[in-house]
Amino acid sequence: MTAPASPAPPLPAPEPAPYRGAPARHPRRPRHPLDIRTDPEAVELTAPVFGPADVHDLDADLTRQHPGEPLGERLTVTGRVLDRAGRPVRGQLVEIWQANASGRYAHRQDRHPAPLDPHFTGVGRCLTDDRGRYAFTTVRPGAYPLPGERAWRPAHIHFSFFGTAFTQRLVTQMYFPGDPLLAYDQMLASVADPAARRSLIAVYDHELSLPDGPLCYRWDVVLDGPSATRTEEGR
Amino acid sequence: MSDTAASGGLLAPTPAQTIGPFFGHALPFPDGGRIAPEGHPDAVTLHGLVRDGEGAPVPDALLEFWQAGPDGNPAGAPGSLRRDPATGALLGRDGAVFTGFGRVPTDADGHYAVRTLPPAGRPGAAPHLAVCVHARGLLHHLFTRVYFPGHGAARAADPLLAALPEERARTLLARPDGPGRYRFDVQLQQPADGSYEETVFLAFR
Ligand SMILES: [Fe+3]
Repeated sequence: MTAPASPAPPLPAPEPAPYRGAPARHPRRPRHPLDIRTDPEAVELTAPVFGPADVHDLDADLTRQHPGEPLGERLTVTGRVLDRAGRPVRGQLVEIWQANASGRYAHRQDRHPAPLDPHFTGVGRCLTDDRGRYAFTTVRPGAYPLPGERAWRPAHIHFSFFGTAFTQRLVTQMYFPGDPLLAYDQMLASVADPAARRSLIAVYDHELSLPDGPLCYRWDVVLDGPSATRTEEGR
Repeated sequence: MSDTAASGGLLAPTPAQTIGPFFGHALPFPDGGRIAPEGHPDAVTLHGLVRDGEGAPVPDALLEFWQAGPDGNPAGAPGSLRRDPATGALLGRDGAVFTGFGRVPTDADGHYAVRTLPPAGRPGAAPHLAVCVHARGLLHHLFTRVYFPGHGAARAADPLLAALPEERARTLLARPDGPGRYRFDVQLQQPADGSYEETVFLAFR
């Protein structure tokens, strides 16, 4: 049987591009299109829920998770999570993980011989507020070399977002403006569209800075994928 | 953010990037695979391998499961992670609430297991779990579904299964593997010798 003809979507989801680091992991076949808006009860139009018990206040401040002070430049990274219609995504879980100021992850398989920081784990969580805002206090991650390559990854923070629909799930990486390594990064280059690539780079936001406060970076995020609210509007 | 997509005034989505190799100390949580409330008589085990196109197990994948409850309600509930307010420790579930969400990394053998309650089906939709697969090297996570054996009429009427050829639809079907156990493997890529069928991955529209 063949799929029923469905109207063209507003924007096709990007196909995963081949990644030369793990060529055997990429599906050979195109993803099967599923017009989920024809089934308003589809489970993927809802999403996991997280509440205040799932996050601790200290989860959003990566500089205060240990008795001592971590090394590195203090940063605030903040922004809004929106759906494609520009509506705030409220009360959803945002998770981050990153290397320490020396470029080393607190992961036992990271063998980069940069020092571990006993006062920094590099893991954070928060829920978005009523305007869809998230905020983390952390330190600037260091760059790190790719094993066996003539390349270092630019400084970046890994982010995970949940939306109001499971289809909006997003895992991505945030970069810092002005980093000379951005031009050489394979991972960033895997995003073909220049505007989309730029959207992964935070802006330094001087307006947000406070006396004696951390450096402030702003990075807004737009979740893709159909959601139930969009279906309602489309009716 | 001021970039508005050409079509319909929608904002351009933020692109996905690989989860990388070093998420293991950040994303998994205690009892992430114990979706079923503790001691529930209807709980089943769903387990399997994640394999690549060379047939090799994938030891650094993260699987996320999202599902309706046995009553068919996909509302979910908070409480999957739970933090101890005093120590800040990650506690995981309380064992009583069904949150509908599960998250498990594959182990060094590429194997995963979750314990859950099969969701109810609906007219025209066979019972299934939604799955999101993340792994080092995947530039974009992959969505798929796990369907359960039985429910013949509902499976025949399910719009996704009905749209797929038999051998493709079979990749979405867990197979019985002992009492209260089901096996579901994720084949990221079809091997050149065709020894495994590539799992059907979904692009939601
Ligand atoms: Fe990284």
